[in-house]
Amino acid sequence: MLLIVIVLTFLLLESASGDAVDAYLLSIGGGDATVAQSLRQAYGLDQSMLARLLLYVSSLARLDLGWSVAFDRPVLDLIIERLPNTLLLMGSATALSFGLGSALGIVAGARPESAGDRVLSTISLILYAIPSFWLGLVLSIVFAVELRWLPTSGIETIASGKAGFARAADIATHLALPVGALALIYMALFLRVMRAGMAEVWALDFVLFARSKGLSRSRIVLRHVARNALLPLVTMLGLQSAAMLGGSVVIESIFAIPGFGRLAQEAVGGRDAPLLMGIILVSAVLVICINLMIDIFYAALDPRVGAQEADA
Amino acid sequence: MRRIQNLMKTSEGAIGFGILATLMLVALFAPILSPGDPLRIAGSPLLAPFIDPAFPLGTDRLGRDVLAGIIHGTRTSLVVGIAAAIAAIAIGLCVGLTAGFAGGAVDEALMRVVDAFQIVPSFLLALAFVSVIGASVPVVVLAIALGAWADPARLTRAQVLSFRERDYVAAARVIGMHPVEIAWKEILPNALPPVLALSAIIVAAAILTEAALSFLGLGDPNIVTWGSMIAEGRNVLRSSPSLSIFPGIALVVTVIGVYLLSEGLTKALAGRRSEA
Repeated sequence: MLLIVIVLTFLLLESASGDAVDAYLLSIGGGDATVAQSLRQAYGLDQSMLARLLLYVSSLARLDLGWSVAFDRPVLDLIIERLPNTLLLMGSATALSFGLGSALGIVAGARPESAGDRVLSTISLILYAIPSFWLGLVLSIVFAVELRWLPTSGIETIASGKAGFARAADIATHLALPVGALALIYMALFLRVMRAGMAEVWALDFVLFARSKGLSRSRIVLRHVARNALLPLVTMLGLQSAAMLGGSVVIESIFAIPGFGRLAQEAVGGRDAPLLMGIILVSAVLVICINLMIDIFYAALDPRVGAQEADA
Repeated sequence: MRRIQNLMKTSEGAIGFGILATLMLVALFAPILSPGDPLRIAGSPLLAPFIDPAFPLGTDRLGRDVLAGIIHGTRTSLVVGIAAAIAAIAIGLCVGLTAGFAGGAVDEALMRVVDAFQIVPSFLLALAFVSVIGASVPVVVLAIALGAWADPARLTRAQVLSFRERDYVAAARVIGMHPVEIAWKEILPNALPPVLALSAIIVAAAILTEAALSFLGLGDPNIVTWGSMIAEGRNVLRSSPSLSIFPGIALVVTVIGVYLLSEGLTKALAGRRSEA
C-alpha cells in the first residue's frame, strides 16, 4: 500500500514542468546550461525515470528520504524537526473535539428532537460548514486583535528564555487559537455523528428492554445508548485523521506555526520535490499508525470485534 | 418529480434548495448583477462597508468592489465544487463498478489503489498536484476530484457486491448479455442512489477545499474566488476585517445550503423507503 503511495507521488512529481534545479537557478538569479547540467548530475536528475524510482525506493528502505533542495538539509531531519508541533496541534485538537463532541452529542442525543437537541444540531451544522481557515481568522480578529488576550501567531515567544513549566504555558497560550479553530469544526462533526448514532440506537430492542426493566433514564442514556453510539464515532476518528492532517496545513499557515503543514507549503513554494514527497509519505505512515491504534482501541471498546476474529 | 416534492416537504430540503437556487441564479446572472470585470479597480481603496451606496460592502486595498467579487466568486465556488464532485463520482463509479464486478485480482489491485488514496491526506495531495501542474480551474477541479473519488469508489463496490449475485443479474447472464452491458444496464442503476446521496457531501467538501487552496494562493490568479478574497483581506486584517469576513460568510451560507439539501435528500429517500 505504501509502495503505491510512493509510486503515485513519484509519478505526480515526474509530470511537473521544470524541476528543482530550475527553481533553484531562478532563486539565485539564473545560471548557464553547464551549471544546470552539473547540478542535475549531482542530484541524479539526469537518469531515466525507472532508474530514479528504483533508486528512491531503495533509499527509502534505508530510511533515507532524500535531500531537500530548498533547505539544503536532509528531508528526514526537517520533518522530524517540524513533526512534534503538528502532532501537538493535532493531538490536542483531536482530544478536545472528541471529548466535547461526544459529550455534547450525548446531550443532544439523550432526547432526540427536543429543544436542546435542535439548538445543538443547528450550531453544529453552522460550525461544520465554516472553513477552518476562516474560523481561524475570525478567532484571531476577536481574541488576538480586538481583545488582545492571546498571541496571533507562532508556537512560542521567541528567545523568551523560558523553561519548564513557564515554557509549556507559553506554548499553550500560543496554541489556544489554532487548536480552538481546528477543534470547533471537528467537534461539530463528532457531535453530529454521535447524535445520529444515538438516534439509531434508541430504536433498538435492547433499549426498550432496558426501559421495561425500569432503569433510570440517565443510566439508559449513558450505559446503553451512548456506549453503543460511541463505536461509529471511533471509526470516524480514524477516517478523519487524514483530513485533520490536511486541515492543519491551512491552520498552521494562518497562525505561523512551524509545523508539518507549513513545511509542505514551503516545499511547494521552493518546488522541492524530495521534501514534498517525503511529507506526503510520512503523513501516509502517520495515518496508517493512527488507524492501527484505533483498531486496537476499537477491539478493547467492543468485545464483539475480538470475539469474531477468534471464531474465524 | 415525486422525489422533488418529497424533498420540498422536509424543512431542511426546502431551505437548502432555496439557498442553492438563489446562489445558482446569482452565479448565472453575475454579469448582469455586477457588469464588468470584478478584478478591475472601481473606486478609492479600503472604503468601509455600508457607507457608499455604490459599494455596499466597501472596497479592498486596490479599490476593487467587494460585492462584485462576492457575486462573481459564487460562480467559481459552485462551478469548481460541482465539477469536482461530478468528476470524483464518475471516477469512483467506474473504479467501484469494475472492482466489484470483475472481482479477483482486478478487485484486489484497484482496492489497494483506493486504500493508497484514502491514507494520503486529500488536501496535501491537492496542494501538491496544483503546485506541480500549475493553477488553473480544470487543474483545481482535477486535484480536488483526485482526493475525493476513493469514498464513492468504495461505496459503489460494496453496492455492486450486494447486487452481483441477485437473480435478475443471473437471468441477464443466462440470456447472454455481455458483462459490460450487465454492469452498465442492470447493476449501475441499482447501485447509484446511495452514491448520489454522498454527492452533496462531496460538493460541500470540494467548495471548502477550493477555498482553502485559493486562500493559500494556489487558485487561478485570473479569476476572483472567495478564498483569494479572504487571503487578500488578511493583509489588512487589523484595520478592515470586513474584507475577510464577507466572503467567509458567503462560503458558510453556500456550504450550509448544500448540507441542508443533502439532509433533506436523505430524509426524502428514507421516507420513500418507509412508505414502501
